[in-house]
Amino acid sequence: MSEHILSIIWLTPLVGMIAVMCLPKESKDLIRYVANGFAVLGLLVTIPMIRAFDSSNGDFQLVERHDWIPALGAQYYLGVDGFGYLMILLTVVVGWLSILCSWSSIQERVKEYYAFFLFLQAGMLGVFMVLDVFLFYVFWEIMLVPMYFIIGIWGGGRRLYAAIKFFLYTLAGSVLMLLGMLTVYFKHYEQFGHYSFALEDLLRVAAYTGPEMQFWLFWAFFIAFAVKVPMFPFHTWLPDAHTEAPTAGSVILAGILLKMGLYGLVRFAMPLFPKGATDELTVQLVALLSIVGIIYGALVSLMQSDWKRLVAYSSVSHLGFCTLGLIALNPNGIAGGMLQGVNHGMSTPLLFLAVGIVYDQRHTREIADYGGLANRMPVYTVLFAISLFASMGMPGLNGFIGEFTILRGAFEVSIWWAGFAVLGIVLGAAYLLWLFQRVMLGPITNPKNEGVKDMNLREIIVMAPLIAGCFWIGLYPKPCFEILEAPTNKLVERLDPGYFSRNAEPADEAVQLSRLLPAETPASE
Amino acid sequence: MMDAISFTLSDFHVLKPAIVLCLFGCGILLTDAFLVRRIGQRWLNAVTALVGEAVVAAVLLQYLPDVRSGGSLTGLGGSIVVDGFGVFFNVIFMLAAALAVILSARYMEAEGEQRGEYYALILFAQAGMSIMATGHDLVVLFVALETMALSFYVMVGFLRDSQRSNEAAMKYLILGAFSSGLLAYGFSVLYGISGSTSLAVIGEAIAGRPALDWIMILALITTSVGLFFKIAAAPFHMWAPDVYEGAPTPTTAYVSVASKAASFALMIRLFVTAYGSVAEAWVPLLAIVAIATMTIGNLAAVTQSNLKRLLAYSSVAHAGYMLLGLVAFSETGLRGIAIYLLAYVFMNYGAFALIAALRRDGEAAEELDDLNGLFGRAPGYTILMAIFMLSLTGIPPLAGFYGKYYIFLALLGEGYYILAVFAALYVAVSAYYYFRVIRACWLGEAAERPASLDMNLGTRTALVASGVLTVLIGVLPQRFIDLAGESVLAALR
Repeated sequence: MSEHILSIIWLTPLVGMIAVMCLPKESKDLIRYVANGFAVLGLLVTIPMIRAFDSSNGDFQLVERHDWIPALGAQYYLGVDGFGYLMILLTVVVGWLSILCSWSSIQERVKEYYAFFLFLQAGMLGVFMVLDVFLFYVFWEIMLVPMYFIIGIWGGGRRLYAAIKFFLYTLAGSVLMLLGMLTVYFKHYEQFGHYSFALEDLLRVAAYTGPEMQFWLFWAFFIAFAVKVPMFPFHTWLPDAHTEAPTAGSVILAGILLKMGLYGLVRFAMPLFPKGATDELTVQLVALLSIVGIIYGALVSLMQSDWKRLVAYSSVSHLGFCTLGLIALNPNGIAGGMLQGVNHGMSTPLLFLAVGIVYDQRHTREIADYGGLANRMPVYTVLFAISLFASMGMPGLNGFIGEFTILRGAFEVSIWWAGFAVLGIVLGAAYLLWLFQRVMLGPITNPKNEGVKDMNLREIIVMAPLIAGCFWIGLYPKPCFEILEAPTNKLVERLDPGYFSRNAEPADEAVQLSRLLPAETPASE
Repeated sequence: MMDAISFTLSDFHVLKPAIVLCLFGCGILLTDAFLVRRIGQRWLNAVTALVGEAVVAAVLLQYLPDVRSGGSLTGLGGSIVVDGFGVFFNVIFMLAAALAVILSARYMEAEGEQRGEYYALILFAQAGMSIMATGHDLVVLFVALETMALSFYVMVGFLRDSQRSNEAAMKYLILGAFSSGLLAYGFSVLYGISGSTSLAVIGEAIAGRPALDWIMILALITTSVGLFFKIAAAPFHMWAPDVYEGAPTPTTAYVSVASKAASFALMIRLFVTAYGSVAEAWVPLLAIVAIATMTIGNLAAVTQSNLKRLLAYSSVAHAGYMLLGLVAFSETGLRGIAIYLLAYVFMNYGAFALIAALRRDGEAAEELDDLNGLFGRAPGYTILMAIFMLSLTGIPPLAGFYGKYYIFLALLGEGYYILAVFAALYVAVSAYYYFRVIRACWLGEAAERPASLDMNLGTRTALVASGVLTVLIGVLPQRFIDLAGESVLAALR
């Protein structure tokens, strides 16, 4: 059993999908129970992984490796390090919650809905654990399909447009990545005489590839991930997809799918092409785009009259922080970027869930249609406020830790980067607080809001774990940093060999911890 | 070159598939005239044709030990060589023909054109194709090509009362004859250059010529254009949408898959064996045509509202991808074409099988809107349709992905980065129109009088088998990749 921990994790939702498909479509409640049961089961099967995972080990753990297509050198090759581990935990939690939160809001085509959702869950989990580039591409692509249907069938008014736009944007990015993958793969063959898609084999190619080639290959990968993140100017699919998707779809999009872009960068694009990632032009350009994204996303959020669209654009801004952290290429930046990814994966789903709760009652997303909800929904107001503060970066909540670490990382590179990013935080506070003021505070101006009900128990249960997570990371982030530390240091060492011996003075808690550990084995040959 | 008097057992052996097919074709004509017509159960002709396919399958199995690991069987003084390449393509033709027969049994019945000649023609066309894949002699190849083409002209126009079918047949005949003429002209020039009709001798003669001169270019261009017509490459693709739309749907599937595969087989043989030494002359030509083909096919498909026309343009686009495999002119590229064609049999037939079954009040329903709300009526088949469309797009892990995979790999391996980027981005364009089909099935609102699926057991089996194979080749491609690889090695030998 123990050698199949990861397989069991991603196959559980898939089995759930098959189970749901076997049920008669009339018995909607049965389908809901089965789907939720498998979601909870998906949560439980990660327990062996949590027990077995050793965060001090920077190598891939729980490795599972079998031949799949020998002719291509593609393997069924799974394993996790700190990056994947956190993402898998985030995915099972957010996936479970989004399945739970669909209970009453999805009334039509229930069976297909849950089947697609479980399929999506399996695909996402796969992405975060594969170490074979070919298999990664398979998971990466296959997961677009259920998302297309979730937006397209159960979405809002412009769902068809939003669904196909999402699909085409991501596909266009991924085919470029495929070309990049095939090029590295071919170069590996030229150099070593055998075909292999295994990540560790392809990592060896970097030593034999010139900076210019690495630059182009990095960008071939980067565009695919930038579309997914999404980074300005590749973000235009996001407001449509997030706004039109059903609540659970938005939760998954914001919570997990966007993180795949970040994960892809640290897992594949950056380590595979260190010279491409550290190229001066790449760094400046990515930082510029991140900063533009931070400020542009915040400004556009400020102008939104649609509640859900506001939250959607806030993602552009927040993810700008993450990419800025990653491209700072130092331990603080990378660990902060990934941690902020996790944070965003908790706080933004909370905001979408909050929108969903009132939307289910009022069927409008216009901010102007609300006002004074605090008078009728006290519990909701408190939870919504916590979500806002988490998203805004209030000390004591998770957003603060992430943004602070990223700013440390950015500051080490350039004071300008940090300065602009701080401006983004200020704007973030502005649009979020203004939103709160408009929908929650003051007297009830719209008589239709008189009858809104406060949250029921199920809705509270859905939000509670994420809120707890926000507080946990906000108050005691050490475990997360410990998990991120080993892979982060390994990545930094690969990008910039000798980084740690040059910077003997520890800069931050995250790095201090690394001093206690045995010396890193350099990843580059 | 050929000792005309002796017709030995080995000559017979290499011709077996074609002989079997012709015998069964004639058999169908006879039994139909004297027996089946009297009983009034004309679907029995389809059964006879399937038995013929089974015999062909047995013959191909018989070849296997000889062609494994690079062996080959030569007959008729070297003008026919059965090697791995030939057998691989014969398998494709056999699958395509068998599926065409199965689909036709129901479709022709519904159209009121259930006649024995139709099945005989399917087999005759296959006989021609069979030799197109094994022939090594210009005359043999040309006769085989014409056998295939003539059968197709009649099959396309088989719906006698349908104006569109007649128009399609006429168009196909005129343009097809024109292209055959060009091809024959090119062949005559090749004969002039080398003094032989054998591909190998021509190849040596071309390699021995000092430089590329105008006569060589003339031969190259006329033969290429003739073949571009057959595979529906731009700008010679004009016939495809009309023929695909007008022909009986099973014939459309057959033409789109088998005739394309056969023409590619001939093209690969010709370009590798005869033109291999002047690759620098035809690679740019093919690259330009491939880009044009992908552009026209993909962009034109976006706006189509008729399913068969949509798939026609999509098939044009696929021809463009396959041509890129030839542009790369490497083992990987050719393997890509072989895998692509094999996957194409299943995914394209699957799609056409569903369209062939779609009827409203007995009338064939072929518009995109006719698919609206299909999910509510036939969820299982709608899932299959989604699988076919995703496979045609090239989403892994489905069969269609591997063709594109190898072709991209070949392009990158040979350093054609720009071509690869073009080809890759067109995948995203093609996703748009394939998703229009998926959208109609899954998200469309059902019309007041929705079209329903009219299937018999055979169609169901064919559809499910196509779906299963599309997924199976996708998930466990090893064996199929090996087969394609072996076949290509044989062609390069």
